Amino acid sequence: MNSGALYRLVTEAALLRIEIVGEWSIHGESFSVNPADHAIIRSPGLEHLIFDFNPDNQALKWDSTLPAFLHHVTSLAQTRNITITYNNFPKSLTQLLNLANQTHSKSSQNGIKPLYSFAYRFGLSSIDKFSKLQQRLVFFGEVLLGLMRMLSGKKLFRAKDFWLIVQECGAEALPIVTLISFLIGLTMAFVGAIQLKAFGASIYVANLVALAMVREMGAVMTGIIVCGRTGAAFASHLGSMKVSEEIDALKTLGLNPMEFLILPRFLALFFMMPLLCFYSNFIGILGGMTVSMSMLDISFYQYILQTQNAVSLTSFSTGIIKSTVFGGLVALAGCYKGFNCGSNASAVGHAATSAVVSGVTSIIIADAFFAVLFHLLDI
Amino acid sequence: MDPILEVKNLTIGYGGSPILKDISFQVFPGEIFVIMGGSGCGKSSLLKHLMGLLNPMTGDILHQGKNFTEKNPEEKNTILKQLGVLYQGGALWSSMTLQENVALPLEEFTNLSNDAIQLLTEYKLSLVGLKGYENFYPSQISGGMRKRAALARALALDPILLFLDEPSAGLDPITSRRLDELIQEIKDGLGTTIVLVTHELESIFSIGTRAIFLDSISQSILDEGNPLDLKENSQHPAVKKFLNRKTTSPS
Repeated sequence: MNSGALYRLVTEAALLRIEIVGEWSIHGESFSVNPADHAIIRSPGLEHLIFDFNPDNQALKWDSTLPAFLHHVTSLAQTRNITITYNNFPKSLTQLLNLANQTHSKSSQNGIKPLYSFAYRFGLSSIDKFSKLQQRLVFFGEVLLGLMRMLSGKKLFRAKDFWLIVQECGAEALPIVTLISFLIGLTMAFVGAIQLKAFGASIYVANLVALAMVREMGAVMTGIIVCGRTGAAFASHLGSMKVSEEIDALKTLGLNPMEFLILPRFLALFFMMPLLCFYSNFIGILGGMTVSMSMLDISFYQYILQTQNAVSLTSFSTGIIKSTVFGGLVALAGCYKGFNCGSNASAVGHAATSAVVSGVTSIIIADAFFAVLFHLLDI
Repeated sequence: MDPILEVKNLTIGYGGSPILKDISFQVFPGEIFVIMGGSGCGKSSLLKHLMGLLNPMTGDILHQGKNFTEKNPEEKNTILKQLGVLYQGGALWSSMTLQENVALPLEEFTNLSNDAIQLLTEYKLSLVGLKGYENFYPSQISGGMRKRAALARALALDPILLFLDEPSAGLDPITSRRLDELIQEIKDGLGTTIVLVTHELESIFSIGTRAIFLDSISQSILDEGNPLDLKENSQHPAVKKFLNRKTTSPS
């Protein structure tokens, strides 16, 4: 064992002698405490432990690995009431040992939680989930109260902030919305064209693309894009503000961070989402038209006319209504996660991730809810 | 004795405008070398240059006679492994426990076995009085403890040169005094040379062996010597006023 080169064990009846030899270096060979540990644990009658240090030994060199080793063996010996003698220790080494042995630290407690039974953990996590749900409702309620205060004519946040957020989540999202919507429209037209051609009903590609876009895809796709872009940005921005105590600074100034930070974000997305959805619908239909005109010999006017016939104001407004709700949900998810972020760097990343996940989930759930609702209302 | 760190005609600054011009000094083994000066005089910037985070405009920084500023990444890395740094805010990695924070440099740069690393991290944490806190995360402990844990991490690889950036900033007088004692004891025990950036007079007088005073107006070293000696006998009124805690003229 490597340790053989660094220390030697000599056992004499109730006495264990540990001779320090060799080169102790953090950058050298590894060392092992096992031989020393075993020698102490396996001799129950051990009463005395002697560390021998020979200052004249030229081969003996040491850095912090030696006091680390000594500290460990000493602590073990102390728990077994073994008397310890240090022979010929240099002053600096004794000093390093004493420094580590000073008992101004707590020794029993550590950060790991004890293991509880399944029932206990189940109960604990149920309570936790319930209180989180409560927290969410309180959050939503406070946003609503803030909105009401705003409607009563009180100035709650800076207009400059609001317009900046509008720009960030609205206009700056246009390129990506253009790309995604165009490709979605294109893909739907491709898939539809092949199927409908078999029935000689190619012209109905226009109906397919237009209805799918305005009723479902426009709202859902912009929702998901905005959630990934803006929801995550809200969460990480508010999260890092929390970490650097900026939110506390607002509170102590007497400003309600709920109104000052969250209302402008909520309102901006609430108003921008329908506009983005409207734009997305238009671009998606344009994508479908591109395929139809190039592959199916449908003329521009035919396509436009067919689309006009397919889309009623009712089906158009279902998409717009949905997107407004989605915008609110994304803003709430992003702000909630950012606002309840932990207080370190990794917590910010976690907040951004969970904002996107819960944003997308709530969009899909709301979409399913709307599908049932519109079916019942026969729209 | 050869200097462990030598700075020759160094000019540093940001974006073409210098903060410190043509400064030279030497740090010898076993010293606690204090870099002091008022706020905004370039203390922290100088420290960042000394540990290789920023590149100087002109001049040389020599660690044990080897030039640090030359563009030789391999040699720079070898030197960096011999340096320890205690950052102002601790800069502990928040996603790791204290034990993992201290163990990371050991795992990356030594051939020690896991048991030996475990032993060493426990020892280094108990050196700074944090025995029993191995499994705590940085967010679960107090500011003073975070500083001490960061010191344990800086000491992980037994650095020959330790940089301390305002170690007592934000600590109460007792905690900061205790930290000063700890720095002194670690220096005596491990023989580490220490470069300390601070404007805490208590620390400067109690542990500093030699000091330089940086000045933002002349952008240079105003005076150099033992802090207690400078307090009484400095030829420069600004240094004397600083060390005696008197208000300086508005110039």
